[in-house]
Amino acid sequence: MTTTTARGRESAPAPTRPRAARRAARFKESLVGWGFTAPNLVLMTMFLFVPMVWALVLSFQDTQGFGDPEWVGAANYATLVSDPVFWRSLFNTLVFTAATVPIELAGGLGLAVLLNSVLPARGVFRTIIVLPMVISGVASGMIAVILFYESNGLINKVLVATGLDPVAWQSQGGPAMVSVVIAAIWLRIGFNMIIYLAGLQNISPEMYEAARIDGASRWQQFRSVTVPLVGPSTFFLLIMNVIASFQVFDLIFVMTGGGPGNATSVLGTYAYRNGFQIREQGYGAAIGIVILIITLIFTYIQWKTSRTRDLAE
Amino acid sequence: MANTTAMLEIAEAEILGDRKAASLRRRRRRRRSADRKGVVLRTIVAIVVAAIVVFPLYWMVVVAFSPRGEVFEPGLRLWPSTLTMENFEKVFDRVPVVAWFGNSVVIGLFVTALTVIVNLLAGYAFARLRFRGRNAVFLLVLSTMMIPVQAIMVAQFKLVTGLGVYGTYWGVILPASAAAFGIFLARQFFIGIPDEIVEAARIDGAGHLRIFLQVVLPLCKPLIAVLTLLTLMGSWNDFAWPLIALNDNELFTLPIGLLYLQNQTAPDYNAIMALALISVLPMVLLFLFFQRYFVQGFARSGIK
Repeated sequence: MTTTTARGRESAPAPTRPRAARRAARFKESLVGWGFTAPNLVLMTMFLFVPMVWALVLSFQDTQGFGDPEWVGAANYATLVSDPVFWRSLFNTLVFTAATVPIELAGGLGLAVLLNSVLPARGVFRTIIVLPMVISGVASGMIAVILFYESNGLINKVLVATGLDPVAWQSQGGPAMVSVVIAAIWLRIGFNMIIYLAGLQNISPEMYEAARIDGASRWQQFRSVTVPLVGPSTFFLLIMNVIASFQVFDLIFVMTGGGPGNATSVLGTYAYRNGFQIREQGYGAAIGIVILIITLIFTYIQWKTSRTRDLAE
Repeated sequence: MANTTAMLEIAEAEILGDRKAASLRRRRRRRRSADRKGVVLRTIVAIVVAAIVVFPLYWMVVVAFSPRGEVFEPGLRLWPSTLTMENFEKVFDRVPVVAWFGNSVVIGLFVTALTVIVNLLAGYAFARLRFRGRNAVFLLVLSTMMIPVQAIMVAQFKLVTGLGVYGTYWGVILPASAAAFGIFLARQFFIGIPDEIVEAARIDGAGHLRIFLQVVLPLCKPLIAVLTLLTLMGSWNDFAWPLIALNDNELFTLPIGLLYLQNQTAPDYNAIMALALISVLPMVLLFLFFQRYFVQGFARSGIK
């Protein structure tokens, strides 16, 4: 829609200037264009593209950060294949993603529908639900640590007060994973809600009017009008949430450090541990490359099916 | 009130013998009272959800102002027995909070200024200038948003070390400013600016830089507000990269400082929450003041 304006401008008839002058003008515009993008491209080349190539090179080396790095070919990747902690981290990453993404999507949509309906003090509710988004992952993690504290944290106290058993949030793997999943959902659900709210506002009220006249119940309206029509938002959020979950780091780093054992170790924390704590930098880089490849697969899916293509024409 | 009116309408219609209209109105009235029940139900759900969402933040404040260890004593207590400032005093005594705060501010401002300027320039070029390779470069730039920090952090670390900026502000600022996030928003905004305005300036003989600075930018205040807020927030809350790029605890940003405080022997959770509160307050206040721009910025990022 917006792109047509740009295209319209481009195809506007050129004034009757001689061809040479026109070519000179176009050349000048090219120079200006590159000039405008140059600062950004320089930064990106230095701090993103060069490190990416470097990461690939590192992943074929054995280096502890001092002395000369040694070429080891695919040895890091071979180690990876036989490293149970890597597989555990990959598995945990998948579990974390599978647990967070559907709840974030469903919860975000539910909240958006709720806060898009007739409701007193709607703005206040929206503000509150969006608020966690501005809290850093570290601060959120620290708050979660205190709430989920195993001996006499508030959540366990409430569980005991209601006659239930306290949960071993820190010493058992399953509950530890549940606690980081809950914290992640708390942080991200507001973003999902905002995107869905924007999506809902694009649905014309006549659609619901028509559905009502056809005798559709509230639930049927939701199923057959709302859900399909927020499809683009769902798709966008699916990609964003999956990528965010695949790259989760600060929450888990702060809350559990990957423990107990390796029960909450994910690819992000495992890459950091190897790169900077054990200082097996080549191995850490190889794990990073695996994360990159998985992310690229999702990028590719998005590429094939979504808006990025029409945006760039 | 509305209910009474509806009943009167029904009565009136029945008197007039208009049975069909009466049944229609009766149905409408039933729906209206169902609506009212729905509003009550929805309000209750909204209150419960909002309470759950806001509770952790409330708890941070409670712990920050509670006497040491009180929240872990037996018994369910949802507010401090006495309000105390001792946790804050302890934090200020024990760690260089003021320096950390200042570092977060300095790094935040530099990252934001650099990122926003660079993104606006690039966004303008991608939206309004024709040059060879534009679309390919734009896609390349967009695709960098998918590069996970974990994939390149070891190499970035070696790079800033090699450049001699490891452990300095610049070591944090420069890599953080290589971000494509704002370019996409900026481009969308610039595309929406009417051609006539730009054409008029060009006919008056203005060059592109001049058009950009004097004609286009003044029209872009909402865009600049959105970019500034979201970039500042991203930088303020960033953790992974400053954790890698900084080693001297005087140069830490607040999130790294929080971790540092936690890692000290016998973590004092009351002190940690006091520092957490100090670290989140600026963003919470900014958010409350400029909500509209925050929300707009996020919403725009998802618009097709």
